Amino acid sequence: MQAQEARTPALLPKDYKSDYKPIWCPGCGDYSVLSSITRALSELGVKRENAAVISGIGCSSRIPAYTSLYGFHGVHGRALALATGLKIARPDLTVLVTGGDGDGFSIGGNHFLHACRRNADLTYVVMDNQVYGMTKGQASPTTASQWEGSKLTPHGTGVSPFQPMAVALAAGANFLARGISSDPKGVAQLIVEAVRHPGFSFVQVLSQCVTYRPEQQEWRTIARPSHKEPTSNIARAGRRILDDDGFTTGIFYVGNRPAYLAPEETDKIVSDIEQRFMI
Amino acid sequence: MTAGQMLLDAAANAGYQGMMTRSLGPQIRGGEAAAFLRLSAHEVACPGDGVDILISFDWASTQRFSAEIELGPDSLVLFDPAAGAAPEMILNTGARMVDLPFKALLDDIEGGRPNMLGLGVLAGLIGLPENAVLAIVERALKRKGPKALEASSAGIRAGFEASAAMPATCRLGAGEKGARRWNISGNEAVGLGALRGGIRFVAAYPITPATEILEWLAPNLEHLGGELVQAEDELASINMAIGGSFGGIPTLTATSGPGLALMLESIGLSVASETPVVVVNVQRGGPSTGIPTKSEQSDLNIALYGLHGDAPHIVTAANSVSDCAFTAQWSVYLAEALQSAAIVLTDQLLGQTRAVVDEPANSGHVAARETAPAGLQDYRRYAVTESGVSPMAIPGTAGGEYVADGLEHSPIGRPSSQAEDHLAQLEKRQRKLDQFDYGDHWADIEGDGDTAVITWGSCTGPVHEACDRAREAGIGVRMVSLRLLAPMQTVKFAKAIKGVKRVLVVEQSHSQQFYRYVRAHFDLPKKVKVCARPGPLPVRPADIYEQIVNWS
Ligand SMILES: Cc1ncc(C[n+]2csc(CCOP(=O)(O)OP(=O)(O)O)c2C)c(N)n1
Ligand code: SF4
Repeated sequence: MQAQEARTPALLPKDYKSDYKPIWCPGCGDYSVLSSITRALSELGVKRENAAVISGIGCSSRIPAYTSLYGFHGVHGRALALATGLKIARPDLTVLVTGGDGDGFSIGGNHFLHACRRNADLTYVVMDNQVYGMTKGQASPTTASQWEGSKLTPHGTGVSPFQPMAVALAAGANFLARGISSDPKGVAQLIVEAVRHPGFSFVQVLSQCVTYRPEQQEWRTIARPSHKEPTSNIARAGRRILDDDGFTTGIFYVGNRPAYLAPEETDKIVSDIEQRFMI
Repeated sequence: MTAGQMLLDAAANAGYQGMMTRSLGPQIRGGEAAAFLRLSAHEVACPGDGVDILISFDWASTQRFSAEIELGPDSLVLFDPAAGAAPEMILNTGARMVDLPFKALLDDIEGGRPNMLGLGVLAGLIGLPENAVLAIVERALKRKGPKALEASSAGIRAGFEASAAMPATCRLGAGEKGARRWNISGNEAVGLGALRGGIRFVAAYPITPATEILEWLAPNLEHLGGELVQAEDELASINMAIGGSFGGIPTLTATSGPGLALMLESIGLSVASETPVVVVNVQRGGPSTGIPTKSEQSDLNIALYGLHGDAPHIVTAANSVSDCAFTAQWSVYLAEALQSAAIVLTDQLLGQTRAVVDEPANSGHVAARETAPAGLQDYRRYAVTESGVSPMAIPGTAGGEYVADGLEHSPIGRPSSQAEDHLAQLEKRQRKLDQFDYGDHWADIEGDGDTAVITWGSCTGPVHEACDRAREAGIGVRMVSLRLLAPMQTVKFAKAIKGVKRVLVVEQSHSQQFYRYVRAHFDLPKKVKVCARPGPLPVRPADIYEQIVNWS
């Protein structure tokens, strides 16, 4: 079996891409995240048929169709739940979940908390552009409170932005990292580590929306890699995350909670179970 | 409740059939409770019309259930005079009042409890053998030690003794021993049917009155190598189920009205992406939180029409406690064969009734999804086929990689807003349901005559019984109980009511949901009566019989 695996030629990043042309605006950060994903899969050497990419709705959630893998483009906000069902039913598969900050932290916020808690072996890549791209530029949970760019909130949201990393840590995620779409190789590496780490891995990628947040093109000049070693100490990770301005990239936390595992042994057949009802 | 359960078990062991429904106050734990038992040497299809014997442990609690307890001059009411005088509303029924001095009779029995005494009295009155009752009590109380067992047994014996001096009332005929009988609730039967059909993954969120399905399934799925996940909410439940099914495993979720309302968007996802899933809805009184502990058939509309867009799907309904097993099993088979969502409707009455019934046969329906083999070239997940069903690739199958999508899509599964793709996929999804052969399972049809009673779900029990009585009275009557509500079997239905001059529609909803649905598909004969009543009071056979006999 192993010898045979060794003879299979490794797949290149492009082998994980489909020939379907993305609908994204030129310059959108999501192009780069897509290439990071395919690069990571190539490095991981995953067979196409053994991986699935699950998403909800949004510009970023379009990713599954642009890969050559199995995928599910579900409804808005429920990608994590769908992926959890898939992973528990089929623990043999590598399951990636992709989406946006609106999909994951607003309409899907409750699933985010519980996916962190449940700690199923999933890798969740959120393309955070601090805006709802698909519905043409409304504030998202991660939008700064004074941002006045949307007709829905002309005076800003007046609401503190959601802190995905801090929330994920508190909720029990087992691996936390942040990358930026201007550094596709770095993001690919984070995804490789995230997939390899058991349990629920969360990778926040600052991914610019050139259309509704053109100022985000400056992000590449603000972001900087962390020089600190990843920690498995929750308190230390928490301090680093809360002290940060949101532009430090790298791995923040590598936990060692056991991943959610379904029991697997079978000791009965249905007709045994039925006996209980017999008088 | 305990005594009721024991009485049912004892009757079952002595060869009788029967059922026990329960009625609870709103308290979370404790509080007043009423157990209604109906026992017979023959099949028991539903709770009866009136009460032959009422045993009241205290008047205040008993009065809370007075709307459900129909007493008449033939009824016996057993009560302890020490508990105070009987209330007017009980006396006014004309029922025969019989003293049952619990306190005095239990005086000599250390640790003796009124419910065991009551059990003995009831069993004695209806003619159950004393040792059948003692055997059940022994089995139930083995773990509590010899003292508790002796106290209970003594109480029961005292009860039997006391019953001898009481006025005669209806007694059971000879029981039929040796038949293969089961003691099962509707909720358990749904779980069993699901497992028989091949369900191996369940995700759900607790809700009354569906929770027992989950409680029964959780350990039993584990025995079969499957898994039940308690999800964070119903939005997660349905999506987890869809995810597991995408992975190739037959999946189910179970809920009640409020949960079904939350799931609707994603049931549409199952329909659009053609990912099979079974959703069981144990109906309770609605709308909103409604009456969680009581039965109603008022979720028919949401099950039929709740999805947005043109979203053909399967809606089935169980029509008896034991049919919960068949309908669940069949629904798994349908969802899988048709790669669609199946909503299975039961209700609180079916779900929480414990019945002694003939063993529900395994119908042999098992999930058999049409899958795509490995090594395909140019695989088209949503290929427009004649049957409307297209082979589904299961992750792990090389060459089958595709993206399941809730967006409208082309045959290969790429998002498409083209009119041509939309029409082709809409027609494919409709066609697969319309062309399928549902056999005879779409409805239960009984009897003949120019009067038809059309019904569904838990109303079928009382309708069945009322029709039997009508036939005994020489009135020809046909019963049509629909098990497959959608897609509506128009041709078969028309045949089933052919020649009928009068139609009575029976349902438990306030707004005549079922009647309107049937009307939408058929021109019913001119003479139509609708017996549509909301919960929480059960529909009684006598009410339906009355409607059949006095037509005008
Ligand atoms: C139930 C529901 N509500 C609203 C929408 C509309 N909608 C589609 S995408 C979206 C927000 C997407 O934002 P985000 O997840 O941040 O993704 P982005 O487009 O920015 O990548 C909204 C509100 C929907 N599809 N479904
Ligand atoms: S709207 Fe923004 S997020 Fe969407 S594709 Fe365009 S740039 Fe990307």
